[in-house]
Amino acid sequence: MSVRGLRVDRGGRPVLRGLDFDVPRGAVLGLLGPSGCGKTTLIRSIVGVQMVRGGTVTVLGRPAGDPELRRLVGYATQQPAVYTDLTVAENLRYFGSVLGASRHDADRVIAQVGLADQRGQLVGTLSGGQLSRASLAVALLGGPELVVLDEPTVGLDPLLRQELWGLFHELAAGGVTLIVSSHVMDEASRCDRLLLMREGDILADAAPAALRARTGRQDLEQAFLHLISEREGAPA
Amino acid sequence: MNLRITLATTRRILTQLRHDHRTVGLLVGVPTVLMVLLRYVIEQPAIFDRLGPLLLGVFPFVVMFIVTSVGTLRERTGGTLERLMTMPLGKLDLLLGYALAFGLLAVVQVAVAATISMIWLGLDLAGPVGMLLLVAVLNALLGMALGLFASAFARTEFQAVQFMPAFILPQVLLCGLFVPREQMAPVLEQISVVLPLTYAVDAMVELTRTAEVTGTLARDMSVVAGCTLLALVLGAATLRRRTP
Repeated sequence: MSVRGLRVDRGGRPVLRGLDFDVPRGAVLGLLGPSGCGKTTLIRSIVGVQMVRGGTVTVLGRPAGDPELRRLVGYATQQPAVYTDLTVAENLRYFGSVLGASRHDADRVIAQVGLADQRGQLVGTLSGGQLSRASLAVALLGGPELVVLDEPTVGLDPLLRQELWGLFHELAAGGVTLIVSSHVMDEASRCDRLLLMREGDILADAAPAALRARTGRQDLEQAFLHLISEREGAPA
Repeated sequence: MNLRITLATTRRILTQLRHDHRTVGLLVGVPTVLMVLLRYVIEQPAIFDRLGPLLLGVFPFVVMFIVTSVGTLRERTGGTLERLMTMPLGKLDLLLGYALAFGLLAVVQVAVAATISMIWLGLDLAGPVGMLLLVAVLNALLGMALGLFASAFARTEFQAVQFMPAFILPQVLLCGLFVPREQMAPVLEQISVVLPLTYAVDAMVELTRTAEVTGTLARDMSVVAGCTLLALVLGAATLRRRTP
């Protein structure tokens, strides 16, 4: 996947100010930065639902939003996009038939996100964490080659978070590329690559280890702060 | 467009309704209760014979308008529409999926109200019952298509519900249900000519008058079907894969 000179305006204000980066196949890319820095807009541009002002986004060799990509890219929005008046299994059955996935595939993703006990439960009665996992399950349907997740681990307990990150790496080991946004820095260390964003710009694009080495800070939150002050010309 | 996806969408909408017994009860029960009410408020069988079928035409139109505009708005604000737009679902699959589900619902709604009206309330219909059902379904689809189109202009549920009186009540006032159109001021009559509900109600009037399928009936039904298609195309144009 590659992004060149991506610029997006929303409501007359620039939200992304010309981004350039590449993501190799099978990588887990962490998209980090404070709320409002443009993470969601970047994600929407990658899945092809965002109107862009300039630049290109190429996904699996095709322009973002290409009809061919609609079976190959899994997407979960920050707000869980599932039908609250259907059960978990009914939701997956519907999205599965839209994608042309088999019924067996719905059971597979339900198990992957750990919702087997809730499969017959109405989505509207699930807890917040279960709800976001139901939405995540939809993104995994049909065996996509790129999975784009906007804040998938919000509201999950540490054990579940660890399990999900385990799942993400398992998928990546099978050749799936993942782009995962988060605003919590402790998740950064679990990514292969980090894209640190601030106010619509990329502050850093590096592996966690390289970032630690460059800034001389072990803690990634400290490293992030160091980069901000470096850019603004003030002492860290 | 893809038949498998269209039918999956229809099944999904019907499943959602199956989980919502109260909505189904209201959809099917309210028109029937209103027909009973109308019959006993009027007390004159001849007038009931004239007004009853008109209302049978208006109910599915109004109800489907509300259900669709709120339903589509929920898809837009709940993020499911954006998700579907990243999947191999054509806009037409979604629209036809809705049309099929709500068309089926309209058949049940009108069949129940018409059966009770004719057997219990003594409604006399000159035209064939099958035509009554067909016109009612066409009206339901018209309401659905307009609701879908209107929902694109609503940002909140409050606005969507307000579109009902804004889009629907002027048509109900001008369609000839309360005052025959020939007796209206010329300006109002001219306006009524371009409103689709006028033809929907006029078709029902034809069915109360004669047992034959007249040219007027055929024209009315074509106009309703044409307006439905136009509203669906306009509605499809408001479903965007890319949004600002």
